[in-house]
Amino acid sequence: MATESVKYVSPETKSKTLLDIFRRPDQHATGIVDWLTTIDHKKIGLLYGLVALCSLIFGGIQALLIRSQLWGPNMEILSQREYNQMFTMHGTIMVFLVIMPLSAAFFNFIMPLQIGARDVAFPRMNALSLWCFVAGAIILNMSWFFTGGAPAIGWFAYSPLTDTGFEEVTRDMGPDFWVFGIQVLGLASLLASFNFIATIINMRAPGMTLMRMPVFCWMTLVVSFLIILAFPAITIALVELMFDRNYGTNFYDFLEGGKPHLWQHLFWIFGHPEVYILILPAMGIVSEVIPTFSRKPLFGYGLVIFSGAIIGFMGFAVWSHHMFTTGMGIVATSAFSMLTMLIAIPTGVKIFNWIGTMWGGKIRFDTPMLFALGFITMFMVGGFTGIMHSSVPVDMQQQDTYFVVAHFHYVLIGGALFGLFCGFYFWLPKMTGKMLNEKMGKVVFTLMFIGFNTTFFPMHYLGMIGQPRRTHSYNAGHGFEQWNQIATIGAFILGTGILIGVIQFMRSFRDKSLKPAGKNPWDARSLEWTLSSPVKEYNFARTPIIKARDQAWENNYGPRDLHSEKEPLDHHGVHMPDHSWYPLFTAIGFLVLVIGMLFHSSVGAEGEIIRNYTVAIIGGIIAITGMIMWSLEGPGGYHLFPEEDDE
Amino acid sequence: MSEVVAAHADEHHEPYTSTGIPTKKVLMWAFLGSDCMFFGTLISTHLIYRKISATVNGKYLDIEKIFDIELTSFSTFILLASSLFMALAVSAIHKGNLTSTRWMLFGTIIFGAIFLACQVYEFTHFAYAPGHELTLSTYQGEAHVFGSTFYVLTGTHGTHVAIGVFWLLGWLAYSFTGKMSTADAMDIECCGLYWHFVDIVWIIIFPVVYLMEYAF
Ligand code: HEM
Ligand SMILES: [Cu+2]
Repeated sequence: MATESVKYVSPETKSKTLLDIFRRPDQHATGIVDWLTTIDHKKIGLLYGLVALCSLIFGGIQALLIRSQLWGPNMEILSQREYNQMFTMHGTIMVFLVIMPLSAAFFNFIMPLQIGARDVAFPRMNALSLWCFVAGAIILNMSWFFTGGAPAIGWFAYSPLTDTGFEEVTRDMGPDFWVFGIQVLGLASLLASFNFIATIINMRAPGMTLMRMPVFCWMTLVVSFLIILAFPAITIALVELMFDRNYGTNFYDFLEGGKPHLWQHLFWIFGHPEVYILILPAMGIVSEVIPTFSRKPLFGYGLVIFSGAIIGFMGFAVWSHHMFTTGMGIVATSAFSMLTMLIAIPTGVKIFNWIGTMWGGKIRFDTPMLFALGFITMFMVGGFTGIMHSSVPVDMQQQDTYFVVAHFHYVLIGGALFGLFCGFYFWLPKMTGKMLNEKMGKVVFTLMFIGFNTTFFPMHYLGMIGQPRRTHSYNAGHGFEQWNQIATIGAFILGTGILIGVIQFMRSFRDKSLKPAGKNPWDARSLEWTLSSPVKEYNFARTPIIKARDQAWENNYGPRDLHSEKEPLDHHGVHMPDHSWYPLFTAIGFLVLVIGMLFHSSVGAEGEIIRNYTVAIIGGIIAITGMIMWSLEGPGGYHLFPEEDDE
Repeated sequence: MSEVVAAHADEHHEPYTSTGIPTKKVLMWAFLGSDCMFFGTLISTHLIYRKISATVNGKYLDIEKIFDIELTSFSTFILLASSLFMALAVSAIHKGNLTSTRWMLFGTIIFGAIFLACQVYEFTHFAYAPGHELTLSTYQGEAHVFGSTFYVLTGTHGTHVAIGVFWLLGWLAYSFTGKMSTADAMDIECCGLYWHFVDIVWIIIFPVVYLMEYAF
């Protein structure tokens, strides 16, 4: 970074002692201390991305193991229990540790730049979200090493699979790790979402009205609202499950009058909005990329946003379409069926808007655009099968078959993951300052596109002829063999593509041979492209005054009166908050607290349960101390004095 | 470090926000919206379950014999009254009246603590009431889900009150450091929003969980 032009406020000369690293790090923090204590939204975004991409590889290996097990009839590569553990962890990791944090990575990095903000509203809280997310990831993956191994309950954890009375292994801890892991991840998502909402509502640059905001920011806002309204349902469901497993309540214990059905309702009241939490960020990314590479403004901007919001809203009214076969009664079933069909309308509207944007545009097929086009086509296939599921008699046939597996992978990989990869190819030049290798990008796209379709298209057929999902093996002679083999081959192609892509992303930070990106390599349209690549730590030297929707574009091609202006340089300089240890400290407190809760009970000599909360209490004290210190230390800070146009 | 802080001390102007609403308040409102869903989930669970065992296995639960409605009415009144103190504390800090703020915070804390004490008494009393013991999972030795939903729901509310009490205690302690000023009004107002919200939730819980047992 060209820091020469930046004069720092008098750096204090300190004597270096060992205790020094625990002092509040300031702008001079470097290396690992810098990353651990950072409260900069850009660095936090990159850390989210790093952890999520590693999890993607990890979850991908599990998927390949699952596919290998299904290569032929009655294989034994995995035992039945291991198979159940694999698909549980695969699903949970992909949803909570890959797609959500990848979205969070872009929210963090890009959204403040797009609205012209210095940072998010509460930078230290943002760091806390990050470290809670890491803590949750650790808890979830720790499960492999303790009694019973990883949970074998599916990502939906249906009761009575989680009931202590039905355990395959006595005192199986897997479900406990799952419960606490999701709980902590939920906390991380909630904190992050409160922050994003406050940021978007309140931190927009002057002139950046809501209806001038890029669609990606709108989707960030909608997703944040979905998170804060949907996660409480799962949080409470998990609390109830925790009480069931540890303190003898009867919420889901049908022998004692509880209702396993309630779990399904609570899970899907969260679960269906959750699938929109996964897809809307990708839709936001694509809505930025398609106009850029068609060199036209987004067609029907207002409508795209409105349908995004409607999708989010209606997402709360369709959860029972996951439960058509549970016997909810005709009225409820028909109502949910109808609402599910309705939700396809705003989804379709968006697709037509993207097509309308491309219509008559000067389209360039760079890698981001290829992924965006892949997104549209693949997501449409997933959408169609979704509408098929919404018809109850049809779903009665498809429920719990590979047809459903095909549906949600088309929306989750073809949709969400393609969208997020699109985002990487589009925005990595802004993050690293270097262009990615186009040829390599196209190789990745081709491998992923072919591999993905080879894997999941046959599953439609497998589902139709009746192969059940979540099942360890199948017998020969049902006609399943051939298509399963094709799917497994496809999975390895897809895996190769993803692996190359991830390596390409990670290497681009170090690789010196890549072309420099310059401010706006794609001739893109939104505000972040007026900044240098990589973005300076203070983002905007002077707060921009926004005049138009596609500000970067208008600055280059628009009439004079639509060019953005800048507020005068502040003689105070740009205020930068100090680093802080306390977000990490507090998150470690939560981690210790959860570990304490996980291991608090043991069985005594006479079979009685002994409870010991020492570790949990220590964890609680660490967390509370962290919060108190946090509020006492204040934002702190220093001032930077960038030159006139140094941004 | 200290120089930097000193350089800041003169910056007391309200930071610019797009809506004109202080950002912390927006955060608080978002949190409260989310909290509505927490309690919504708990209350619906309770409503779904409250008569279940009685209908499934014929284990009749005579909840009127267990509840102590006089005590709960009293603690409800106390909690509502605490909201008055809270509102007065917020108005006092806005006016810069530190003594009054301190006393009103103190009043809120005491009333919150009385409410919590009542709840603790209630829980132990229900669980050990001779012949009517209602534990987390059983009633009179028989499995029952009423205890599950009742304790988890009211317990979650109690946790909220407890957090509020500790938060207020933090402010009370802070008021003795001599640093408290009208600049903190915003933060105390957020604390107040939280406190009133927790009260409002109780106004729903009280009829739905307690009074309804006497009506239907
Ligand atoms: C056009 C919009 C959509 C409709 C009408 C729709 C409808 C459905 C229905 C009815 C089911 C239940 C199938 C069954 O279990 O029998 C289902 C399952 C599923 N859908 Fe969708 N869906 C849509 C879009 C999406 C999107 C955008 C995502 C995620 C990004 C998604 C993710 C899933 C997942 C993960 C499942 C399976 C959950 C499980 O059982 O584990 N869907 N969908
Ligand atoms: Cu759904």
